[in-house]
Amino acid sequence: MTDTTLSALDTAEIARAYREAKARRAKRSAILKHIFLIITSLIMVYPLLWMLASSLKPDNEIFGDLGLWPSEFQWQNYWAGWNALPVSFTRFFWNSTVVTVLSVIGNVISCSFAAYAFARLEFSGKTLWFALMMMTLMIPYHVVLIPQYLLFLNLGWVDTYLPLIVPRFLAGDAFFIFLMIQFFRQLPRELDEAAMIDGCSPFKIYWAIIMPLSLPAMATAAIFSFIWTWEDFLGPLVYLNDIEDYTVPLALRSFISSDGVSQYGPMFAMSILSILPIILFFIIFQRLIIRGIAMSGLK
Amino acid sequence: MHKFLKRNFAGYAFLSPWLIGFFFLAIGPILASLYLSFTKYNVVRPPQWIGLDNYFYMFQMDQRFWKALQVTFTFVTVSVPLKLMFALFVAMALDKGIRAIGWYRALFYLPSILGGSIAVAILWRQLFNYDGVINSILRLFGGDGPYWLSDPKYSLWTLIVLAIWQFGSPMLIFLAGLRAIPQELYEAAEIDAAGPVRKFFAITVPLLAPVIFFNLVLQMIEAFKSFSGAFIISGGTGAPLDSLLFFTVYLYNEAFSFLRMGYASALAWVLLLIIAAFTAIAFWTSKYWVHYENERG
Repeated sequence: MTDTTLSALDTAEIARAYREAKARRAKRSAILKHIFLIITSLIMVYPLLWMLASSLKPDNEIFGDLGLWPSEFQWQNYWAGWNALPVSFTRFFWNSTVVTVLSVIGNVISCSFAAYAFARLEFSGKTLWFALMMMTLMIPYHVVLIPQYLLFLNLGWVDTYLPLIVPRFLAGDAFFIFLMIQFFRQLPRELDEAAMIDGCSPFKIYWAIIMPLSLPAMATAAIFSFIWTWEDFLGPLVYLNDIEDYTVPLALRSFISSDGVSQYGPMFAMSILSILPIILFFIIFQRLIIRGIAMSGLK
Repeated sequence: MHKFLKRNFAGYAFLSPWLIGFFFLAIGPILASLYLSFTKYNVVRPPQWIGLDNYFYMFQMDQRFWKALQVTFTFVTVSVPLKLMFALFVAMALDKGIRAIGWYRALFYLPSILGGSIAVAILWRQLFNYDGVINSILRLFGGDGPYWLSDPKYSLWTLIVLAIWQFGSPMLIFLAGLRAIPQELYEAAEIDAAGPVRKFFAITVPLLAPVIFFNLVLQMIEAFKSFSGAFIISGGTGAPLDSLLFFTVYLYNEAFSFLRMGYASALAWVLLLIIAAFTAIAFWTSKYWVHYENERG
């Protein structure tokens, strides 16, 4: 009788000790993980913080200085950078904004059209077009760049924003079509069917049912489209020659090619301003961005 | 006929922007590029048919073509595995409900978003300058840093580090994949006294294989296409001594600095075939090492 009670107590004791040991081990490993993750985060963010600090340092303090606190804050770097090139950055930011806003609108409209056709409508040849659309996902931009350039050259579009904007209205980015198709397919089909019985046209269904229900997908596409267009360098590099037309990345590039001028502070100041919209977008829309990647494997 | 039209009208109406784009901006240009690759064309005079001469020249005489291939392959084969290993390592540390995961995830992903920007390329140039931050750090540890930007032995490392810095997006995809691995497998392995290394190779790697494979293909294609970092850091030319002559940089220069549109088109086709071949190899070999959950063996 007593024996069995004792052994029951023992088992409970052992089990508790085992659980405690396991919890201690888990805690220790969690602490180690946090140390590793914090160090990694610091290394990841350090270059960006260094750039921010350098944008406020006097020029002679920038190179090789590891510190993140300027000896005195040179706010005039921002003023100097803004006006350092023959054309002021007001113009460059305006140009970038025009190109980006129109590109985002074009992408969302045209890609959602295509995605709606692929996900919800029946028409002959759909399978073939779908396969071709998926194939275009793989084509590197460099391969179509030269013929596209020649086409736009013949149309007289070089040195305008049309080569950067018109393709966006023609659903040029298959990534977004793919992302939207994935989303549209999750919406219940009964909605379309009910609307069809009520006599809604396919456009009405797209506009009044699919689009309002797909705002997260549209927002995700819009955000990525914004970020990629804002950062795009190759497109503007090829199509824009007049400094008046430059977008912000092209303007930044002229900072380093305008030789000999040691304007590191102002250069970093403008670099910081150029990525500021992206960082703000990232902070505001972080959730959507991260879900978008998990959903589609965007870069 | 009327019925046919009616049945297909809506579909093609919605598809029409994409269809126009597909013909004029995708398939049309690809075929035009194939045609141009058999010609000599400098934009001013009409294209002149020269058969396979561009390709003969490329493979037999053009040292810079081989150099560009070598630089690009080195970049892809070094940066992609390092980036993926690091991404997986961090993803595993983040897995299983660690505190503040949202913060870490956001911080690690931020470089992926900014990495392609000119601002970061400019920053990188300064960091790796001989008098720059990287060498200052090396000096703290008593080392003496090389001339990263002007010594062809080291210059590619600046871009490899830049690529690894952007490990955030494969990391997010790994995280999603790790979540899908059933916990019971690890618990069962623990009962069998399997250590962390054993668990990693016996459970994590095989079950994560489809995700690893997906990331591998995606990152390889991205690496082959990368342009602006190499362009900015090398001053647009692939310098020093062509050690940063990425294939895309070479192609850009042939087309838009020297107006050799025919030759550049041939280069573009080689790039397309290389990317297609690598993707095909990745898909083909995947059946030997990728096992999807719902199939056996």
